[in-house]
Amino acid sequence: MGEYVIKLPDVGEGVAEAELVEWHVKIGDLVREDAVLAAVMTDKATVEIPSPVDGEILWLGAEIGDTVAIGSPIVRLKVAGEGNVKADSTAKAAPKAPAKPAEVKAEPVPSAPKSAPKPVEPPARVPPPVVAPKARPPSVPGAPRAEGEKPLASPAVRLRAREAGIDLRQVPGSGPAGRIGHEDIEAFLARGPQLARATGLARKDGVEDIKIVGLRRKIAEKMALAKSRIPHITYVEEIDVTALEELRATLNKEKRPAKGTERPKLTLLPFLMRAMVKAISDQPNLNALFDDEAGIVHQHEGIHIGIAAQTPNGLVVPVVKHAEARDLWDCAAEVNRLADAAKSGTATRDELSGSTITITSLGAMGGVATTPVINYPEVAIVGVNKMMVRPVWDGTQFIPRKMMNLSSSFDHRVIDGWDAAVFVQRIKTLLETPALIFVD
Amino acid sequence: MKEISCKLLVIGAGPGGYVCAIRAGQLGVDTVIVEVGKPGGTCLNVGCIPSKALIHAAEEFDKVAHMAGGKDPLGIKVGAPTLDLTRTVFWKDGIVSRLNSGVAGLLKKAGVKTVHGWATFRDGKTVEVETETGSQVIRAETVVIATGSAPVELPFLPFGGPVISSTEALALSEVPKKLAVVGGGYIGLELGMAFAKMGAKVTVVEALPRVLAQYDAELTRPVLKRLSELGVEVMTGAKAKGLSTQGQMGKGDALLVETADGKNAKVAADRILVTVGRKPLTEGWGLEQIDLDRSGKFIRIDDQCRTSMRGIHAIGDVTGEPMLAHRAMAQGEMVAEIVAGHKRSWDKRAIPAICFTDPELVTAGLSPEEAKALGGEIKIGQFPFAANGRAMTRQGEDGFVRVVARADNHLVLGIQAVGQGVSELSAAFGLALEMGARLEDIAGTIHAHPTQGEGFQEAALKALGHALHI
Repeated sequence: MGEYVIKLPDVGEGVAEAELVEWHVKIGDLVREDAVLAAVMTDKATVEIPSPVDGEILWLGAEIGDTVAIGSPIVRLKVAGEGNVKADSTAKAAPKAPAKPAEVKAEPVPSAPKSAPKPVEPPARVPPPVVAPKARPPSVPGAPRAEGEKPLASPAVRLRAREAGIDLRQVPGSGPAGRIGHEDIEAFLARGPQLARATGLARKDGVEDIKIVGLRRKIAEKMALAKSRIPHITYVEEIDVTALEELRATLNKEKRPAKGTERPKLTLLPFLMRAMVKAISDQPNLNALFDDEAGIVHQHEGIHIGIAAQTPNGLVVPVVKHAEARDLWDCAAEVNRLADAAKSGTATRDELSGSTITITSLGAMGGVATTPVINYPEVAIVGVNKMMVRPVWDGTQFIPRKMMNLSSSFDHRVIDGWDAAVFVQRIKTLLETPALIFVD
Repeated sequence: MKEISCKLLVIGAGPGGYVCAIRAGQLGVDTVIVEVGKPGGTCLNVGCIPSKALIHAAEEFDKVAHMAGGKDPLGIKVGAPTLDLTRTVFWKDGIVSRLNSGVAGLLKKAGVKTVHGWATFRDGKTVEVETETGSQVIRAETVVIATGSAPVELPFLPFGGPVISSTEALALSEVPKKLAVVGGGYIGLELGMAFAKMGAKVTVVEALPRVLAQYDAELTRPVLKRLSELGVEVMTGAKAKGLSTQGQMGKGDALLVETADGKNAKVAADRILVTVGRKPLTEGWGLEQIDLDRSGKFIRIDDQCRTSMRGIHAIGDVTGEPMLAHRAMAQGEMVAEIVAGHKRSWDKRAIPAICFTDPELVTAGLSPEEAKALGGEIKIGQFPFAANGRAMTRQGEDGFVRVVARADNHLVLGIQAVGQGVSELSAAFGLALEMGARLEDIAGTIHAHPTQGEGFQEAALKALGHALHI
């Protein structure tokens, strides 16, 4: 029998560290070669770490949410044969190992201030030196116990509890193997028997601590950065999309094959993208990234539109690259492709980065107005609200029109309200008279 | 028509019913109990007590017969014994009769009114009893159904003539020369072994691959060995097919059997004892009038023995497995206290079960397989009676005590034993499980020497890794 240490492999993308987002194993598990041990996350992509050998897990070197340096040991296994660790060095190496991915590791001494705020870890997570005990059902049953679990108590204690109206599952046992004695009942009664009575409405005092890790942490950091650094100005305008909707319906109905392939079904999004491309050609300063530390606005000629998308894991922003070079159908096809990739989690790092301006849409959920948060370090974001039929006064009467609001935010450090208004008004004109979108 | 009103009416004076009535009477509940037969039910009249009497008689006879061979290691020599089974049965009936009157006296002492007759439900509150002196209507606030169970009859071997149930087996006037036992469960083997000791040529026909199938093979091995010593033929995987009657009863009768390899065979027998199980007695007393929910063929009850109808409880064999007298008694006691207004519910940990074969079997709690099925790791400690002084002096070295415990906190989950006289160890086993004992508790209790009970302590020590005498 030997020991085998698995180090965090180079997960590519030129990163030096990765965040541990999931353990698929626990101490004591037997794993087969190629079984997934853990998942780590680099900037936006999640990478699974497989086991190169068969063995039993002895030690896990990080907790979920920890940032682990590439090359740090993360798992130790007991394997048949020699393994890759010399027997005598094991005991010494083990206690050091968890301290290795140094900068975020738990340090029992809280004196040294850290560069980044990290959750304080209990010192207890330093692993045992060589062989960790196998995971077992809890040896001392606590209270409250699970439904169906019989509390350990002698018949006389059970009778006393029954007569006092106490649910023994709620009573912690101080005896061996968690046995409940008469003194435990008395202590429980003294503390407050009202907890014992199972009434219809139970009081709940539990607090569940949910660690913000993985994509959620990325989102949290990014949003905090955007809101703390960028003074947002939000401009809301309503747009009459009746004509656009008619056009869209006609185009969808026509279903003319393009370039030998079936054309994608058009949503409103590709029209909005085309309108933005046209508006940006008049106001190129909106298609930009603001490096606020260097004090430079990088104004891009290529228009790369990020589409904020909700996925089962959280918010991601796939990017339609070079929207200025795509026609309506192209835009639609690319949006569909990216949306599918984002939802299935297969979008690449490249597809999820490099945007210069962003569209956010809550679709049918949309609401009347929203306050979109700029996708840092961009300078503008266009938010789409729900389209609905509203009465519009045409000078003589109210007529039903399909109306939709746009809620757009701008970085007020580099974009003034006037510029913002001109941009949105231009988009409004283009969408309300959709023929203009196609006029060069 | 006369009418009685009471707070509690118990139907059936078996071990469940009479205990319920006595306890209720003690608690001041106005109680009536109805029974068509003698008090004590199956257990006292045609079950536990008479069978144990007969088994004891058979053991004594066997001992003496053994001594008569002249090869008795104890050096006792006697002449060839004979058995007057009529006298044995008379002695047995005397015990039953004493206990019958004992139960009747206890009921009377507790202030319970006993009505003799067959009870039939009219509705959920009213029962009509056919007594010798006419019809008696009883109205009660609460009714407890304790009607028990009856032997299962095989359609192709109906009781009658040479085909008998355990009830008739306990009242035979002479030992059958050839006895076929259909069913290798505990009743069949207990009686089969007893008759073998009394001189019958016994053949056991069991449809399953092994006899005493509810016990593990390790536990039953000493019993199988003894069956073979007694000359009992055991046919497993064999199906009884019917009766071949070639003449008068007891003359040339045979049991038709399909053997494990599919061949037809005849088992010569002048008596055929059918012990293929017992069924709850749910017919003939108006269950259809009150339409209680069932759980399979049993009456469904909750943890307070309440049925689906308010004010009607059910206890004992009619409510399900294990069909054991002591389960019924515990239920009866609990229901009486519930009726008296106490807070009670069924929270027993262990219902020990005993098989009075030779040697005896005791089980309490979980078997090793059942404990393993819970998922956690377990420890097993086993101590053989071959290493127990008292067992040696009793010429009973076959068998062992086995303790099953959780590996992590040593909580004892189950205890089994096989050996001479181990039925008496069931008290210790039940107590240990009910008290939530750990291996250390049993190991740390002084067990008197020299007794077979030391085997229990040693088994616990063995599980802890430091048995002293092996």
